Amino acid sequence: MRQPRKRTAPRLAPYAFVTPAVVLYALVLLIPIGYTLYLSLEKSQVSGLGLGLGGRRQVFAGLSNYDSALTDAAFLSSLLRVVVYSLILVPVMLGLALVFALLLDARRVRFQRFARLSIFLPYAVPIVIASLLWGFLYLPAVSPFPVILGKVGLSMPDLFAPRAAVLSVANIGVWGGTGFNMIVMYTALRAVPSELSEAARIDGASQLQVALRVKIPMIAPALVLTGVFSLIATLQVFNEPQTLRPLTNTISPVWMPLMRVYDLAFTDNNPYGAAALSVVIAAMLFAGSYALLRASTKRVFQGR
Amino acid sequence: MKLTIGRAAAAPRSPGRGSARGGSARGGSTGHAATGHGSPRRGRRLAPATAIAAAAVATLVAAGCSSSGASSSATGTTSSSSPAGGKANLTFWTWVPNMDKVVAIWNKAHPGIQVQVQVQAGGDAELTKLLTAAKAGNPPDLAQVEYQVLPTLVSNNYLANIASSASSLKGDFPAGNWNQVTLGSDAVYAIPQDAAPMALFYRADMFTKYGLTVPTTWAEFAADAAKLHKQAPGVYLGSFSTVDPGEFAGLTQQAGAQWWSASGNTWTVSIDSAASQKVASYWQSLVSSGGVDNQPQWTAAWNKGMNNGKYIAWVSDIWAPGDFPSSAPSGAGKWVMTQLPQWSAGQNVVGNWGGSSTAVMAASKNQQPAAQFAAWLNTDPAATAALVSDGGIYPADIAAEAALSTPPAYFSNQPGFWALGKKYAGQAATVTWGPDVNVAYSEFTTAFGGAAASKGSFLSPLTAVQSAVVTDMKKNGFTVQAG
Repeated sequence: MRQPRKRTAPRLAPYAFVTPAVVLYALVLLIPIGYTLYLSLEKSQVSGLGLGLGGRRQVFAGLSNYDSALTDAAFLSSLLRVVVYSLILVPVMLGLALVFALLLDARRVRFQRFARLSIFLPYAVPIVIASLLWGFLYLPAVSPFPVILGKVGLSMPDLFAPRAAVLSVANIGVWGGTGFNMIVMYTALRAVPSELSEAARIDGASQLQVALRVKIPMIAPALVLTGVFSLIATLQVFNEPQTLRPLTNTISPVWMPLMRVYDLAFTDNNPYGAAALSVVIAAMLFAGSYALLRASTKRVFQGR
Repeated sequence: MKLTIGRAAAAPRSPGRGSARGGSARGGSTGHAATGHGSPRRGRRLAPATAIAAAAVATLVAAGCSSSGASSSATGTTSSSSPAGGKANLTFWTWVPNMDKVVAIWNKAHPGIQVQVQVQAGGDAELTKLLTAAKAGNPPDLAQVEYQVLPTLVSNNYLANIASSASSLKGDFPAGNWNQVTLGSDAVYAIPQDAAPMALFYRADMFTKYGLTVPTTWAEFAADAAKLHKQAPGVYLGSFSTVDPGEFAGLTQQAGAQWWSASGNTWTVSIDSAASQKVASYWQSLVSSGGVDNQPQWTAAWNKGMNNGKYIAWVSDIWAPGDFPSSAPSGAGKWVMTQLPQWSAGQNVVGNWGGSSTAVMAASKNQQPAAQFAAWLNTDPAATAALVSDGGIYPADIAAEAALSTPPAYFSNQPGFWALGKKYAGQAATVTWGPDVNVAYSEFTTAFGGAAASKGSFLSPLTAVQSAVVTDMKKNGFTVQAG
């Protein structure tokens, strides 16, 4: 009787340990995703004027919600806008982060800790606060810029003009995100063995050459990861434009793809269309980041 | 070696996803991978165990939440008419300032029916929450509801029909307001609270300074705008705000537009009508010529302009006295209310902007006491007097309207303020709202926002609103035709 008990105990233990995680995963991820998929195939159907009792029922809609999601003009133009936004934001933010990280990693830099902290500090400011802060700086009536520019005979451009608004919002992302990415790259740089750059120095390489030929190739994995995650995050931009929206006519309620989802779900009272659009966006993001990560992993991580 | 690298790449994925959800532009969280390089192996081994413990706790919490949520929604769907145990606790969503003071009067007199105010940001924000909460089966007992969204809520079966106790109140309200809460049927879906006739407000001192005459027609208003723009290009006769679809809707009502109408089982949508087009073209020309600004209302910049004389006129509504003290504190005694300019001289028609009612939600299990409170709030002299003095609303109740005498403090320069209000309320155009005003308003903000920012045509945005509404109604199965 003793032996079988001994045998089953170790067999059950792993399952007992993973059960909470699996249950949690199902509760907070699988079930909501399943419900979203179900909702995306439904729609509400009205009979008559739709004002009496039972005037509205939930019925099966087939793929019609997906059809309207993919042909939705508001969604397509917001998609174009978010791509432009990402193409501006990601290179600028990561470029600045890399430059700062390399500068801090170079040998003789004074006030190194102070500089690192002050570049990182904007990341600690909540996005909504940062957006309000910048929004007020952008509005000529409450901004100090017109006064300062006026002193040197310049006038302030309209930072909420239809074309400028994407740049203005991207600026908030750069301001908030550079410090964080800099810390990631800087940490990766500290892990690069100092013998390598010393050897390069002895061979007569300049600081710039050491940075370009030794350090950057060594931290390529960190660059790829920050790149992929930045891209995923920027394609999901929501908080900044949503916060700035009441300040200007330029930013519409459907300015970015996720704002369109929000608008469908909560303003248009159409959770079915919102579910379908969410699925479309999630599928696009998943396919895009999977392809990017796969392509870059092959190149960057091979042979190591 | 390969295994370690694989782990390093995979590790940040889950925290990265978390931050990406928030929509931040903050390049995911690769911090764990980076710091992981330096940390000793032993430390990392321990991590999964603590993670599982945390997960177990979280599961218990989640289970607790979901079970309580299920029970509350289950009881929410049953509608009994009297409170169990003789005492009812009602929740009331409203954005009217100082409503808690008004409710305190009721709570003192009715220990058996206690009402708790839950303050909301405003009409649009509350509607968003209300639709979601009602869909989830967990709405408040009572809600402040603007007239134009009543059909939306009714068509979703979210409002209780309180005709049995409230239909006797018909005579207390103007026919126009009563029609809004019954939707022309025998049912009663809410008790009217405030009437909202539009009016023009202007800075008397600035009009004298620039030599402008107070406009009585829209032609005179445009002439004033042109004259003002020539003298002072940085000063405007107000701003065309695309975040306020209700304001534009009110202006088109004045011109004779009926955005929705119903006959038989068919809805007719006439948003893109000749009357609306006339109003749109009119404001487009004012915006493009610079006589009227193109910035949204209620922002810090707008408040500053209202206060410092950048904006010297405001097309607004009888409820504006509630906004002036905070928007333009230094303008007290300088702003004056006058009739909304007319399309032709001698006409006396104004539009409506907003106005709201008190509705009982269908999911409330205390419908009877809730209806009793809603009736008291909007017809009892003590309640309406408190609503006027503390809440700054213009009462729909006929007796309460007649009792108005002292003008709002901000307009102490205009002793006849309420007499004018009564006159405008009598001139208000009648209006029928459709079942998806929320769609129309959202599309308005999008389409007109772009046009106002670029000072482009206002006619194509109007067409866009019409087609968005027709498409939405067709998709929902309404029988609809464009008028």
